[in-house]
Amino acid sequence: MADEKQECELFSAGHRACGGCGPALAARLLLRATGKNVIVVASTGCMEVFSTPYPETAWEVPWIHSLFENAAAVASGIEASLKKQGRNEKIVCICGDGATFDIGVLCISGAFERGHDITYICYDNEAYMNTGIQRSGATPYGASTTTSPTGTCAPGGNPLPKKDMPAILAAHGAPYVATSSIAYPNDFVKKVERAINTPGPCYIQVHTPCCTGWGFESRDTIAISKLAIDTGLWVNYEMVNGVVEKAKKVRRKLVEEYLEKQKRFRHLFRPARQDAEIAKIQAIADANAEKFGIDIKLRKPAE
Amino acid sequence: MEIMEGSHAVAEIVKRCRPQVVSAYPITPQTHIVEDLAQMVANCELDAEYITVESEFSALSACLGASAAGSRTYSATTSQGLILMAEVCFNAAGMRLPIVMTIANRSLGAPLSIWNDQQDTIALRDSGWLQFYAEDNQETADLHMITYKVCEDHDILLPAFVCFDGFILTHTYEPVDLPSQEEVDAYLPAFTPYHRLDAAKPLSMGMYATPDYYMEFRYEIDRAMYRARDAFIKAGREFNEQFGRDYSGLVEEYRLDDADIALIAMGSICGTVKDAVDEMRAAGKKVGLLKIRTYRPFPGPEIVEALKGVSTVAVLDKNISLGNGGAVGTEVKSALYGTGISVYDYIIALGGRDVRKRDIAAVVDLAEKGEGDMFYGLRTEVL
Ligand SMILES: Cc1ncc(C[n+]2csc(CCOP(=O)(O)OP(=O)(O)O)c2C)c(N)n1
Ligand code: SF4
Ligand SMILES: [Mg+2]
Repeated sequence: MADEKQECELFSAGHRACGGCGPALAARLLLRATGKNVIVVASTGCMEVFSTPYPETAWEVPWIHSLFENAAAVASGIEASLKKQGRNEKIVCICGDGATFDIGVLCISGAFERGHDITYICYDNEAYMNTGIQRSGATPYGASTTTSPTGTCAPGGNPLPKKDMPAILAAHGAPYVATSSIAYPNDFVKKVERAINTPGPCYIQVHTPCCTGWGFESRDTIAISKLAIDTGLWVNYEMVNGVVEKAKKVRRKLVEEYLEKQKRFRHLFRPARQDAEIAKIQAIADANAEKFGIDIKLRKPAE
Repeated sequence: MEIMEGSHAVAEIVKRCRPQVVSAYPITPQTHIVEDLAQMVANCELDAEYITVESEFSALSACLGASAAGSRTYSATTSQGLILMAEVCFNAAGMRLPIVMTIANRSLGAPLSIWNDQQDTIALRDSGWLQFYAEDNQETADLHMITYKVCEDHDILLPAFVCFDGFILTHTYEPVDLPSQEEVDAYLPAFTPYHRLDAAKPLSMGMYATPDYYMEFRYEIDRAMYRARDAFIKAGREFNEQFGRDYSGLVEEYRLDDADIALIAMGSICGTVKDAVDEMRAAGKKVGLLKIRTYRPFPGPEIVEALKGVSTVAVLDKNISLGNGGAVGTEVKSALYGTGISVYDYIIALGGRDVRKRDIAAVVDLAEKGEGDMFYGLRTEVL
């Protein structure tokens, strides 16, 4: 594949994303990994809107967007069509967390069950950003969004935990499921290459911080995504035939280092510090660390 | 000529139209079509990818993807399945993808009903899909060939519903003359996509449009709808030349020449109406039928032309735009505006209620008395 890769970018600059947009970086890296021989299927959301305002497009590969929730089904049809025509383009869906965790689950489940040779990538910015930062099934516990706001009766923000989509797709028998983060571009590129070269339906969930929706400075996008990994709130791992292999190990930091830098978690610190809530989020990170065995050295247990 | 079930005739003709990707989801009374096609693929009689999806929504989405990638595609559904597809329907038309879908017309719940009326396709009249209605199983089969030709015409590039009445036609055995594979191939050329997803020639499909561009996209679809009128007539004439069956009219006249009263209808009910017209004619009543074959594009000018000399029109609507009468009646009134012809609308046969010749005669009596714009045949005792 490497020789087919382009020197120049296949995802052009000049798109309309916010400065420091995590998903925009993921799009660029994605096409670096796929090269030209690919058909991209998008869902309605920030990436679709900022990259294809008619008559301009940032995509120098064939690209299609149909609806918010049907990318996996559209990709199924494309795959069947290419098979019939004897064509060999790779088919990659790149869809938001809302499109993936929530409204598109039916189509994704069907496509993975049928075993189409497609790669489905969820760029996870942990809310519906395009419509103005509403909660999705990928929004982490405690984050405030416009539909999980804090209020006098709800001081904690989003009351629900993040859905475990990778496990759901692994349970469908997907041969390759991985999580990644734009904090580690090479890791993401390598995982995309592996997925598109693995026959059958593969899933990658890439953590793509959104400065606008999470409330941090646009220059800090990479730092924030690194912190998500360093705290254990995001774990980069690969699952091959349902078995976790290779989870990225870290020397873990406390979750509040990550939380305090984002407006979506500000209510945990101001006006009064909510220790119990912060502890719950720390417990989520601890459980992740335990489940994936990511700790390089055991920290002293948190009080 | 063979005696066969309507659904089977559809499957046989679809097979001969050589779709490369088929995706559908079972729903009464469409099921026999998709079962037949699945069996044909399993027997290698039909060289297509058959995608067994988890919903109608995905069936049409898969067809959309396959069509965008350059394949001739096919689906079939009805009623709840069609309404579940509604979002994809608008989308496929907007993307100018010539998907052909058979609709075994059925009513919509609630209350749940599996029986025939035409509410499902009428509800999608604004979706940008061509809509053709068949009277019998021969016409249903033949319309599929014509439809593929019209849709895939590079001047049209719109998806289409071929509509035939659930149970009344789908499950009825009638003699059907099915063209051979060679004959179909001679009539219907292989699909040559106008645009397709192709790594050798990248393009973006389904982009987002600001107010500076959106209206022009809609205008283009509307223009294509109007061009489909001529494309349908042309494809119908070519069909007639090759097969000796004439569907080149957007409407079809039956004993209208010297008629005072015209009935207007779509689909299988036209058979009953024709028999009723014969009886009324025998009794000296000057009545005829105007059958609408293409509901989209709507044959307004043809209706005006055909009804010259008629004083009264009775429209039979197997649908209701709740709060405003039947859809066909409303559009006929709009087409005839200013002609001075009296148009009366009758909501009839909803949810599979039987229509007999005497009901047609009763409707004509009502129209003659100037009583219309009403439900016909209501059982007031259960209200
Ligand atoms: C059926 C349907 N419901 C709702 C919407 C409105 N809508 C458009 S994008 C979007 C959110 C997208 O969220 P996500 O998939 O996470 O992508 P993001 O914008 O965050 O990148 C919503 C709710 C829609 N387009 N279609
Ligand atoms: S709102 Fe977030 S995801 Fe959307 S373009 Fe801006 S930074 Fe990117
Ligand atoms: Mg999102």
